Amino acid sequence: MKPESPSDLYIVSSSPHTHSGESVERIMLDVLIALAPAFLAACWFFRLEALRLTFVCVAACLLTEWLCRKAMGRARAISDLSATVTGVLLAFNLPPALPTWMAVAGSVFSIAIAKQVFGGLGYNPFNPALAGRAFMLISFTGAMTTWSQSTWLQKIAGAGADAVTTATPLGFAKEALKSGQALPVFNTGLLSDFFIGNMNGCIGETSALALLLGAAYLLYRKVITWHIPAAYLLTVLAYAVILSLASPATAIPPLFHLLSGGLILGAFFMATDMVTTPVTRRGMLIFGIGCGIITMVIRTVKTGAYPEGVSFAILIMNAFTPLINRATRNRVFGTKK
Amino acid sequence: MQTTPSPFTFSGGIHPSYNKELCSGAPIRELPMPARLVVPLSQHLGAPAKPLVNVGDTVKAGQLIAEQNGFISAPVHAPAGGKVAAIEETLTAAGRTCAAIVIEPDGSQEWELLPRIADWRTADKKDLLAQIGAAGVVGMGGAGFPTRIKLSPPADKPIDTVILNGAECEPYLTSDHRMMLEFAREIRVGAEIIRQILGAKSLRIAIEDNKPDAIAAMEQAFQGIDGDVAVTVLRTSYPQGSEKQQIYSVTGREVPRGGLPMDVGCVVENVSTAYAVYDAVANGRPLVRRVISVTGDAVQQPSNLLAPAGTLYSDLVAACGGLRGKPAKVISGGPMMGFTVSTLNVPTGKTASGLLLLSAGKISSYTSQACISCGRCVDACPMGLNPSELSQCIEADDIESAEQIALMDCVECGCCAYVCPAHRPMVHHMRRGKALVMAKRSAAKK
Repeated sequence: MKPESPSDLYIVSSSPHTHSGESVERIMLDVLIALAPAFLAACWFFRLEALRLTFVCVAACLLTEWLCRKAMGRARAISDLSATVTGVLLAFNLPPALPTWMAVAGSVFSIAIAKQVFGGLGYNPFNPALAGRAFMLISFTGAMTTWSQSTWLQKIAGAGADAVTTATPLGFAKEALKSGQALPVFNTGLLSDFFIGNMNGCIGETSALALLLGAAYLLYRKVITWHIPAAYLLTVLAYAVILSLASPATAIPPLFHLLSGGLILGAFFMATDMVTTPVTRRGMLIFGIGCGIITMVIRTVKTGAYPEGVSFAILIMNAFTPLINRATRNRVFGTKK
Repeated sequence: MQTTPSPFTFSGGIHPSYNKELCSGAPIRELPMPARLVVPLSQHLGAPAKPLVNVGDTVKAGQLIAEQNGFISAPVHAPAGGKVAAIEETLTAAGRTCAAIVIEPDGSQEWELLPRIADWRTADKKDLLAQIGAAGVVGMGGAGFPTRIKLSPPADKPIDTVILNGAECEPYLTSDHRMMLEFAREIRVGAEIIRQILGAKSLRIAIEDNKPDAIAAMEQAFQGIDGDVAVTVLRTSYPQGSEKQQIYSVTGREVPRGGLPMDVGCVVENVSTAYAVYDAVANGRPLVRRVISVTGDAVQQPSNLLAPAGTLYSDLVAACGGLRGKPAKVISGGPMMGFTVSTLNVPTGKTASGLLLLSAGKISSYTSQACISCGRCVDACPMGLNPSELSQCIEADDIESAEQIALMDCVECGCCAYVCPAHRPMVHHMRRGKALVMAKRSAAKK
């Protein structure tokens, strides 16, 4: 055997030599595409506030990501679009009137503390956007729970009544729950408002319609599977149905639970974050069920402080992901069924 | 004799682009005898054969030139008459090196054949096995396990089902497909001999549903056969050709972990191996040549060539009109499990079913990223493993953990790496991890 000149040699590598063509960038791009309808809805309902928060969060996330990678001497990672996704999701979880500097602080926390400290994309145990939101909720409690004025309550009290409110629907319901009052009857017109997104809330969570359009795209592109969202939503639904059967007068109606808070955004876009959720199908179901139960416990236990539980539910379940993965391994071929 | 859809399909698997149309329509052509054959002494699993000839000797086609060396080994015969020009090291199709006997063919057509067993139906099982062993027949699907051994299971492992593997699930490759179309009757005889040796009740011919013409050819060839025989049509899915997955698809039986097909009463033989069994028994011809698909976008005229063992890749490419542009990768076998070689100065052997030449645009080249836990590899793994976790354990040199989560059950099919959006070289990790486990085990023995 004679040695040959290197330029004549062919590439030698381990098999396989062909690939599906999927990439991390493409997955992140798909998530951004899927978030576009909700972004448009946010711009419609919250006008410039939505634009401002989304721009600020994305810019701050990208800059933080770039600075962290540079400081750590690691390869650049901006192009994988994951920081852009985090920025958009964080913005979607903020109330419209939030001061810009707080949005920047939350973004820096999301990327620097919740993601890059662990080593960057793939190594973070918690959803960065939700970790950022939790940080902000504790640090800026007032600003994070200040909502714009809205007239959605008029539909309950009847037109003409002085019912302009600054509460979110869930916040309103929780107050009623705490004070032991019977909840007013929620009429169907109100639910269709909630479905379209005409209510108080974080800028990206209000329009179930827009979010479901994006979710359909993610399912179609196979970026997510049905397991986590379905398990999550059905658990919330079942829990709410049981509560309303137990005490029809005071329980929040099941559809109100599904549509009035951050559940749709959480179930399809946050609880499906690949890095922080289980890899097996059975694990995904457990994860979704866990999210559903914790969400409902936070929302409906009278002594609890928070009216909304989606963020904390997902963060808590994130912590269980490694355990769930270990407990739900697939059966190895050729072992006992 | 009937045709039935397979009652089961293994879980996992992928659907890569098959690209078989490049040469599935090209009839088998006999390669003009090359000027030089580099015949490797290791064309099978097990110990390399021991040379029986010296440099300068003249040999006949079919003459035994290297003998079986140990129990798991196989003899090697001269693919053509000519002069032994050298005995030297060569690079093999799998990218390793081994000794080879270099023959310069002299154009003589005289064959030295084994005595034929014309009436094999009444022949003794021992004689048939001896003939198959003496002819150097090995599994031609890739592994190269000596067929003589595979057809001699111990008495406490009765075989009730022989599966003839015509799945050919590797993209691009069409050699088994063409064999089924053009040598259907011979394959039937080979299958009948195998069935008789094993005393198996059932015979299944397993073919993926993307080869309807091969299904029809096999249906026709097996008409009138006695016993429980059926063409089993498999759903097209990679890796249907993998032994364990195929046994499950055809019979619903799972080869137990660490076990062999005979543990569930099955033997799987490749269709080309069945042909070789026929040729050895009915014609007395040792296994010295086979059909190989030379294909890919970097070769002028993709073809199915009947080539003698020891043909250099460069001669195969020349017979296909030469290269088209510069290939980026030269692959022995298919794109999922084939081995890359750095040069065309590599000889074929008994297990070489394909030579794939791909341009830079057709191969995946990438920088791998951190795992994002998308779980696609978990869904794709036909063995039920968690490749993501395995590869991360191995990356961290935590071999014990990898072993605990079933590293050694990996069949290296490549489904995980194929679907990985982070382009992680998972099969490479698995191979490295397995090598470390084997090293640890052999150190523990000492």
